[in-house]
Amino acid sequence: MTTVLFYAFAAIAIAAAIGVVVARSPVGSLLFMTVTLFAISGTFVLLEAHFLAAVQVIVYAGAIMVLFLFVIMLLNLGHEAQRDLKWGAFSIVSAAVVGGIVGLMALQLRGSEGMGAPGAGAQAIAVASREYGVVGAIARPLYTTYVVPFEITGILLLVAIVGAIVLAKRSGAS
Amino acid sequence: MITEALGLSAILFVIGTFGVLVRRNAIIMFLCIELQLNAVNVAFVAFSNVFGIEGQLFVFFVMTVAAAEAAVGLAIIISIFRHYETVDVSSFNLLKW
Repeated sequence: MTTVLFYAFAAIAIAAAIGVVVARSPVGSLLFMTVTLFAISGTFVLLEAHFLAAVQVIVYAGAIMVLFLFVIMLLNLGHEAQRDLKWGAFSIVSAAVVGGIVGLMALQLRGSEGMGAPGAGAQAIAVASREYGVVGAIARPLYTTYVVPFEITGILLLVAIVGAIVLAKRSGAS
Repeated sequence: MITEALGLSAILFVIGTFGVLVRRNAIIMFLCIELQLNAVNVAFVAFSNVFGIEGQLFVFFVMTVAAAEAAVGLAIIISIFRHYETVDVSSFNLLKW
């Protein structure tokens, strides 16, 4: 049952990801991307990452995609319906790059065949979730072992907010 | 299921890479970069089933960086749009030789 659901979510995610690349209008692309994010959130649930599944829907599908949609509406790009794919010599280069990545990933995936079953990590997560709850299992290492990266992430967000305001502000309007 | 998840991650990453390479609309290129970040997140969550909770923590950090990147990148796209009245990257050729 879990495997069937996983394949269903994976198929939806891949189909919608192809839709992101080939959709004619930016809005269509964005809606396909939202479908992909929901499907990935489903696979997160099946991989026992319940909190991340919720965060994926709330932060990614809810906040970041709405930010993209705001920019598309602000720049009035919804009417551009022509296909803008780059062909010619560049497509050969793209195909070569993509083929190289596919080859490398196939090599790596062949090496990962041995760990098909959930191992010690899944058991450790299950124990921590039973003791502290699903959120607590993530929060405990986040606020103890990884507290410095967490604080640095906070500073990064502050810098990003200031940078976004400075960049998007009209330069003449002081 | 972990191998399948890694395969899904690889396929999504390749689709995202292809999108970045072949599209010329800056916003769609940006969406494809988000797709690549999500593909890496799937791999992290799959590995957290083998190696422990750290994989899920790093997905958390990746999401934060993606949000920051989206905010700054969209601001750059807006300020470029003010100059050129378009988001087609083939018309931004000031630094091209």
